Amino acid sequence: MKKEHVPQDNSKIYQGQSKLVYAVDESGHYAGVKSSGWEIESFATQYAVDDLNEQAVSALLDAQQGKVSPLKYHMLCARHDVLSLSQVTGLFQWRIKRHFKPKVFNTLSANILSRYCEALAISEQQLKDLPEHHDASFKQPSA
Amino acid sequence: MPVLNNLVHKQSSHCESGVVSNMLSTNGLTISEPMAFGIASAMSFAYLPFVKVAGMPLIAYRMPPKMIINTVSKKLGIKLHREKFSSAEKGMKKLDEVLAEGKVVGLQTSVYWLPYFPDEMRFHFNAHNLMVYGIDEHNNYQISDPVFENTVTCPKRDLEKARFSKGALAPKGLMYWVDNVPSEVDLTPHIYSGIKKTAKMMAGLPVPGINLFGTQGMEKLAKDIERLDRKPKKYRHLFLAHIVRMQEEIGTGGAGFRFMFASFLDEAAAYTNNQAMFEASQMATEIGDNWRNLASLAVNHCRSKTPVPLSDIAAQLRDCAKQETALRTRLLAIK
Repeated sequence: MKKEHVPQDNSKIYQGQSKLVYAVDESGHYAGVKSSGWEIESFATQYAVDDLNEQAVSALLDAQQGKVSPLKYHMLCARHDVLSLSQVTGLFQWRIKRHFKPKVFNTLSANILSRYCEALAISEQQLKDLPEHHDASFKQPSA
Repeated sequence: MPVLNNLVHKQSSHCESGVVSNMLSTNGLTISEPMAFGIASAMSFAYLPFVKVAGMPLIAYRMPPKMIINTVSKKLGIKLHREKFSSAEKGMKKLDEVLAEGKVVGLQTSVYWLPYFPDEMRFHFNAHNLMVYGIDEHNNYQISDPVFENTVTCPKRDLEKARFSKGALAPKGLMYWVDNVPSEVDLTPHIYSGIKKTAKMMAGLPVPGINLFGTQGMEKLAKDIERLDRKPKKYRHLFLAHIVRMQEEIGTGGAGFRFMFASFLDEAAAYTNNQAMFEASQMATEIGDNWRNLASLAVNHCRSKTPVPLSDIAAQLRDCAKQETALRTRLLAIK
């Protein structure tokens, strides 16, 4: 890649930051060049983020209708899937999937709930509550 | 707290090679990021369909985490201290102690918990490296995160969460710092051995039946891309976007480290006065350009009304593999 071909597409994902890439300058040698983003890369990132949000919206709808427990929605909001949540909480995947059933979720012990709360960085009340609408912006985890 | 006047914070492409470069430079041994990357033979390719990242197969363009810092310190005869912790409290206390000695400390962290990261990049990735160099008057940690332009700060509780996040590749509070850094090292033998090892790895593992690494891995990925037409459209798009993200978004310096490797060869050519390395660098540049084409094709497939066929994307990837085979031959011939 030549220096003048380094994309400067002002990616909104970078939030004003820039990234360093390596490119060939006029002398034919390499140098680090700042890039404000590449639309190809932004598309891919945005696609993944949008997919997570779509999943969250449908999980929220299902939870509001009582088809799944709020856990699934909050898991997606924290950018987890069942596999990664299982790795973080130490619970088997089948158990987490079972906890997606509202009936089972409502009987969970304080111990299990606290493991979810810690992993998702939310309080027990928040874990049980559902918002009216899905907020697609990133939720700052409160450490 | 001793003031660190000699801190070197140079923006880098990749977190680990960046930390190595900045940490050694701060300790008086100037070494560029591509040089650290190259002598550690960190460039590779791996496609592991059975290891899932956010539901997608793992695609890596480099060797596993911690390999760069370990190899570079070993090769250059630098004493590397490493410590993991059973409790967060102990881990944070030790960090403060080592900082108080006036040292810069490398940490393994999860990007999800680092508040200074752009929102859309905060995923559960546990092997991000950064370097702490002090504590400011508000009790925030002062951090040289190599992928950022400027130094940043991070509150204690966030950094603690980031260091002790759980899950795959859990950092367990890993911190590392160096001692006895020589001010000058002859890199020549390390350049030659680094190139040789990279070249050897480029063809994959010489074990029958294991075709997941190097150019073999690329072939397998190409085959799987062709098979994507049996999958639902959504999965197909997510898979292709995933390849692009692994290659471009996750701090690689463009084209999955291929440009960084080319930059290393370019620098090494000047260092050793070896024209063959410069020629290999130009080949690596072409390979990098081709990987970028692959990314463009993949994204085109996802968003265009008349998408390029999957077979074209696979063909482009096979082209990359073919070129890397040629580069391998060239690298092995470097004397």
